Amino acid sequence: MLSRIAESLFWMGRYIERADGTARLLDVQLQLLLEDPWIEEDKACRSLLEVIGSKSEFPGLLTKQDLLQTISLDKSDPSSIASSILSARENARRVREVISTELWEGINTTKSRLPRKIVFEKSHDFFAWVRERTALVVGVVEGSMTRDEAWNFFMLGRALERIDMTARLLATSELTQNAGPSWTTILRSCGAYESYLRTYRGVPSATNAAEFLLLDRYFPRSVLFALNSSEQSLFDLTPASGRTGASDMAQRQIGLLRTSLEFRSVDDILENLRQEMVVIQQGVADVSATISSRYFPANAIPAWIGEVS
Amino acid sequence: MGDLFAGYPLHAELGLGSDAAFDEMFAPDGSVRKNYQKIHQTLAGISPDELRHRADALADSYLAQGVTFDFAGEERPFPLDTIPRVIDVNEWATLEAGISQRVRVLEMFLDDVYGAQAIVRDGLLPANLLTSSSHFHRQVHGVESANGVRIQVSGIDLVRDEAGEWRVLEDNVRVPSGVSYVVSNRRMMAQTLPEAFQKIRIEPVADYPNKLLSALRASAPGNISDPTVVVLTPGVFNSAYFEHTLLARLMGVELVEGRDLFCTSGKVFMRTTAGPRRVDVIYRRVDDEFLDPLAFRTDSVLGPPGLIAAARQGNVTIANGVGNGIADDKLVYTYVPNMIRYYLGEEPILKNVDTWRLEDPESLELVLDRIHELVIKPVDGSGGKGLVVGPAADAKTLEDLRKRLIKDPRGWIAQPVVNFSTIPTLVGEGIRPRHADFRPFAVNDGKDVWVLPGGLTRVALPEGELVVNSSQGGGSKDTWIIGAKRPKLPEPAIKTNSSVSALVAGQTAKDSGFSEGKFQSQQQQQQQSLDGSDSQC
Repeated sequence: MLSRIAESLFWMGRYIERADGTARLLDVQLQLLLEDPWIEEDKACRSLLEVIGSKSEFPGLLTKQDLLQTISLDKSDPSSIASSILSARENARRVREVISTELWEGINTTKSRLPRKIVFEKSHDFFAWVRERTALVVGVVEGSMTRDEAWNFFMLGRALERIDMTARLLATSELTQNAGPSWTTILRSCGAYESYLRTYRGVPSATNAAEFLLLDRYFPRSVLFALNSSEQSLFDLTPASGRTGASDMAQRQIGLLRTSLEFRSVDDILENLRQEMVVIQQGVADVSATISSRYFPANAIPAWIGEVS
Repeated sequence: MGDLFAGYPLHAELGLGSDAAFDEMFAPDGSVRKNYQKIHQTLAGISPDELRHRADALADSYLAQGVTFDFAGEERPFPLDTIPRVIDVNEWATLEAGISQRVRVLEMFLDDVYGAQAIVRDGLLPANLLTSSSHFHRQVHGVESANGVRIQVSGIDLVRDEAGEWRVLEDNVRVPSGVSYVVSNRRMMAQTLPEAFQKIRIEPVADYPNKLLSALRASAPGNISDPTVVVLTPGVFNSAYFEHTLLARLMGVELVEGRDLFCTSGKVFMRTTAGPRRVDVIYRRVDDEFLDPLAFRTDSVLGPPGLIAAARQGNVTIANGVGNGIADDKLVYTYVPNMIRYYLGEEPILKNVDTWRLEDPESLELVLDRIHELVIKPVDGSGGKGLVVGPAADAKTLEDLRKRLIKDPRGWIAQPVVNFSTIPTLVGEGIRPRHADFRPFAVNDGKDVWVLPGGLTRVALPEGELVVNSSQGGGSKDTWIIGAKRPKLPEPAIKTNSSVSALVAGQTAKDSGFSEGKFQSQQQQQQQSLDGSDSQC
């Protein structure tokens, strides 16, 4: 398939997952801000912006409403939900001829129904809507896309973004550590609460919850699971030949990232969770760059140069 | 007459004479013309509110599908009117023959001017007409596709004059667009007026992508058993991007941008995740000037350098052919009737609109005198660009125009104002007559010119407006060809085992109507392969 198409599918997967992840993350954090009577609103909002990676500037005091408006709907902020949806739609438009009409309409209507403004009281509804729409899109992909390269690139993008988003979500656990049941809320936001309870049969503890979201081999939103599935997608794209190692640089990077998590103890990781999560995010960025250079080679634009002699 | 058509102005009531526009649904005395009777009946059973409701649902659906155009930075659904244009199959047969004749003669003309130029030597066409056209490209002299076709796709614009006679308004043989709207409009109409589709047998248009793909494959360089066809688009920012994706999707081929292609050693490749892949046929939707920076505009990034050289070596087919613009030059248009006599020895089936060539001093003088009652068009514009309608223009515009005509008579033609036909259209105040033109599409596979049964009817939505253009508030209508007999099935090419054919017959009896068509299409495939062509639908 065309490199340009592959690239767009990869990014479509990433942006859809990012919209979903950002909505989940914000939903929990805004809830926590509201519940915690002693929290410093400005400081908490700023660290949240940092976790999401927003570059927006706020000279004055930052309020929940500002945060909500910026991260949800500000199209000029590349880390907002609106930007993710717009970019997903732009990428879908570029690959319009390889995706199904149903999928295109799913993405296109999501973009055209984006609200212009949300009030704080309605924020939960908005986040639920974003989750629903992304679930719809992924469901249509699941049901209508042939399992070829196009599928692999889409899934690869989605898995990489999921690693990144879950890592960010985990990093926020520190923000409100003293505010009570933050782990429960984080688990809920991932839709992981019930499966967590079934797995551990008990009250959430920070260690267990972190273990579940980081290292569980069966929970689809855990970092390890997403690492495994991106590894699988890469393998499907370029099946390894030869008796040793991996010939594909990206496979090697993912493998290293995975093993450094998988075979360490939870306590070890939790000791400096935020730093560990930064390492993972950096790792994802590196893998993404490697994939770009291998599968989506940039094309130099031809230009005329004057004669030298 | 139903509620729906209340207030529709009729010629007899208004006392209009024979120079009034021809209304396609209502005869001057208010009776409904024969071809529109069934659709008129169907519409009469629908209340105005219901029709509006359906029109809104249609627009919403187009918005969701992304069938839109940019209007002042905002995305608007492509306007499709709920009332179709209806053409009877007998009338259509004439149009079909006329279009096919026109395409054949333009093919011969292009072959001639990029070859021996006999038409110039025989004195039918002044040589400076070619050399002064900005669309005549010497670069492609002698470049020819494997099956000799240059006009794989054409869109000949037609209008009906005051007497109801069809006339050719202009030829489009470069990159005519709009066919995607024909396909998607039909799909929407089936959802919007399902009762009409039950009552009326309408010729389907969904065959177009198959026909186009087989024509493209037929023009591939020789000795390739399974040619790779691609659609070349300028990119997502092009206003016809929707069309490019639709065609690529329905043909099941890659949609490429210039940066996806590269040329080495006279061959064209596309960049894929599995390395370079050879390209044999490019259905390009990029203008000539941007196709190849080595041959044309050096600053173009829309086409790969070296493309023309590859085409010249016969390693790739560019469709439509480069340099076709000379054939739809408006001044060349005035010579087409003579060309038909010269190349084919036939009389033109479809007439041109009367046209004055301004290079002739007498005509120029005449036109300058009557400029306020004529339509003046630039020869290389299309889609109403730069056109001036005399009666509607103010004094200053006309004065400027007069100076420009004197300065550059080669650049313009003049035509009388054709008060072309109107069709009832749903607008703000109800159903009102609006002027509409027509673009049928023809596909040439080298053996036969196939005309899509239907086409794009474009409506000028402002009252009395005679310029039809989607960027100037134009709408569209679906076009229905009705009354066709079910096509006769050709004799089966291969004798089947009798028990099997009995089984097949049993099945067809159970769900007749559909499987017959399938049967037929399979047979058509058979015939194509028997003809020795390697194309398959």
